[in-house]
Amino acid sequence: MRAFTALSGPILVLAEENIDTDQIIPARYLTVTDFDGIGEHVFADWRHDAEGELLTGHVLNKPRARKSPILVAGHNFGCGSSREHAPQALLDFGFRVVISSEIADIFKANAQNIGLLPVVLEAEQHARVLEMDGEEITVDLEHSRVTVQMADRAVQHWSFSIDPFARHCLLRGLDRFDYLSQAEPDIKKFEERL
Amino acid sequence: MPRLDMQAESLFEKLWNGHLVRPQTDETPAIMYIDLHLVHEVTSPQGFDLLREQGIGVRCSGRTLATLDHSTPTLPADENGQRPWVTEQASRQVQTLQGNCEEFGIELHGWDSPSRGVVHVMGPELGATQPGMTIVCGDSHTSTHGAFGALAFGIGTTEVGHVLATQCLLQNKPRSMRINLEGELGKGVTAKDLALHIINRIGMHGGTGHVIEYAGAAVRGLDMESRMTLCNMTIEAGAKAGMVAPDQITIDYLRGRPRLPEGEAFEQAARQWLQLASDPGAHFDQEISLDASTVAPRITYGTNPAMSINVGERVPTATSDSQEKALSYMDLRAGQSLAERPIDLVFIGSCTNGRISDLRAAANVLRDRRIAPHVRMLVVPGSEAVLREAEQEGLDELFRSAGAEWRLPGCSMCIAMNGDLVPPGKTAVSTSNRNFEGRQGAGSRTLLASPETAAACAVAGRIASFAEIKSDSKTTPEIT
Repeated sequence: MRAFTALSGPILVLAEENIDTDQIIPARYLTVTDFDGIGEHVFADWRHDAEGELLTGHVLNKPRARKSPILVAGHNFGCGSSREHAPQALLDFGFRVVISSEIADIFKANAQNIGLLPVVLEAEQHARVLEMDGEEITVDLEHSRVTVQMADRAVQHWSFSIDPFARHCLLRGLDRFDYLSQAEPDIKKFEERL
Repeated sequence: MPRLDMQAESLFEKLWNGHLVRPQTDETPAIMYIDLHLVHEVTSPQGFDLLREQGIGVRCSGRTLATLDHSTPTLPADENGQRPWVTEQASRQVQTLQGNCEEFGIELHGWDSPSRGVVHVMGPELGATQPGMTIVCGDSHTSTHGAFGALAFGIGTTEVGHVLATQCLLQNKPRSMRINLEGELGKGVTAKDLALHIINRIGMHGGTGHVIEYAGAAVRGLDMESRMTLCNMTIEAGAKAGMVAPDQITIDYLRGRPRLPEGEAFEQAARQWLQLASDPGAHFDQEISLDASTVAPRITYGTNPAMSINVGERVPTATSDSQEKALSYMDLRAGQSLAERPIDLVFIGSCTNGRISDLRAAANVLRDRRIAPHVRMLVVPGSEAVLREAEQEGLDELFRSAGAEWRLPGCSMCIAMNGDLVPPGKTAVSTSNRNFEGRQGAGSRTLLASPETAAACAVAGRIASFAEIKSDSKTTPEIT
């Protein structure tokens, strides 16, 4: 897993609420047996018309989309299916951070496991960042905060809370599996009691 | 005022505490032991790759159980044994699971197994799903198994690898919610209607971060298949898991199932299961009460499962941009009667409503009736066992003579990745669990309902309730 400490970059806003994992990657792309190149199918049905032609006007098809490391989405992002293909596709497309005011449980766990940082902001801060499409912000995991420059050029720091272990692993690029496999003696002990 | 007893534990807490290999600390999540790991072809290949990278095997093959369900065709093989795969890749994905199960010594219920089925239908049928267990699967509808008083939830593929390798998961303790369902469901009202009602009330993220226990007279009155439907839909409110405390109905369902002990050993297990119920005074972070007797047959009209109304009600006014967008996607207007809306397809099946009681309920509506000529209807049993039982009862013939297609078991049109799909712009009434944009195929429009309501819609060729078509004797003479 790639370590994540901090990054600054332009944000891409998808303001819709309740963006489910079927939108992030439709089920017909789930017959793969690896995740290589899966970013090609991210939001496939939003980016293409009914005939499969690329909708060049869609924000996700603009050149800036691949250059935006931070996705800001409406409330309750990633709901629905447990498919890890969804965060994998976002990561492969080029996103390193997803910001919302609520992120679904399974999506959040999947994202943390693969090095896509889920950031949940307070409703008011979320509402403001939704209005900042294309602007540059900083996401700093070391300090668990998002830094934005407001219209009056004032700089604001918003702290966010994140599971301490997920933060620990993301900061160092540690695979959570290593921690689990080191627990082998405890697992054995538990199994002896069964 | 009930006493808040610090010793009193909820069903969820008993299972949480009973499976801690290591407790949660301020810095680290808990390590939770997993009793049963269910595996299917879509979310497992990259999990098995972890084992190969690490040069290790499956830690507990006996606690791992696999099936083929998502990518599998529901039409039979041709005379050369060739199955009508939607793509080469789908076929390869199934072969990959077959290869992985062989390589790592996992029990797979493949094409030749009389037990193959949709993973959440098969587990309970085999008695693999048992009260008090922790159960995971790379599938969000794993919440289904909570109907037995298990702690069951969906995981991602990386975590599938973790469980294959260590039989454990890293978990932070979720919050708890109890939904007390008082009263009794009315005649013709099903667990699906109850689930849609609850999701409508608490919202599609009302359960986020929580494990929900369903309690109260209405839940005690549900049979196991109905409890499975209720727990299955729990994820649609964003919750991690849904649970129902085991009782005599649970025990009676499980007695005699293949994976359970017999005789005194079973009775002893059963006595322990009854101890799992939440203690009086147990703490819940949230508690909600709903009167189940006011629930009516429901149907969704939008693009998430929270957007539902009683069958016969008019489409409500949109109160947000996303609701506006949903109505536009569904080609509906606020104030419109759904009864005016013609439908194109009806799907009966899925881990939500693909069990024998669901098929019987749909068959009961179709008996001595035919589906409307412009409607295509698919009936997909949830498992080989459901298929056999239905065929023994003659339900396959009943569905065929009513004009429906009778298929082989699988997830089919619920997730629409095997080639069974709703064409762009078409409207389906479906007994499945999600009505997201494009869920049943790009551009598809889905209305979720119970098997009774879905079958009634097939007959009417538009949105209708069973009660409505029963009284509509002009077009559909009732012979029974």
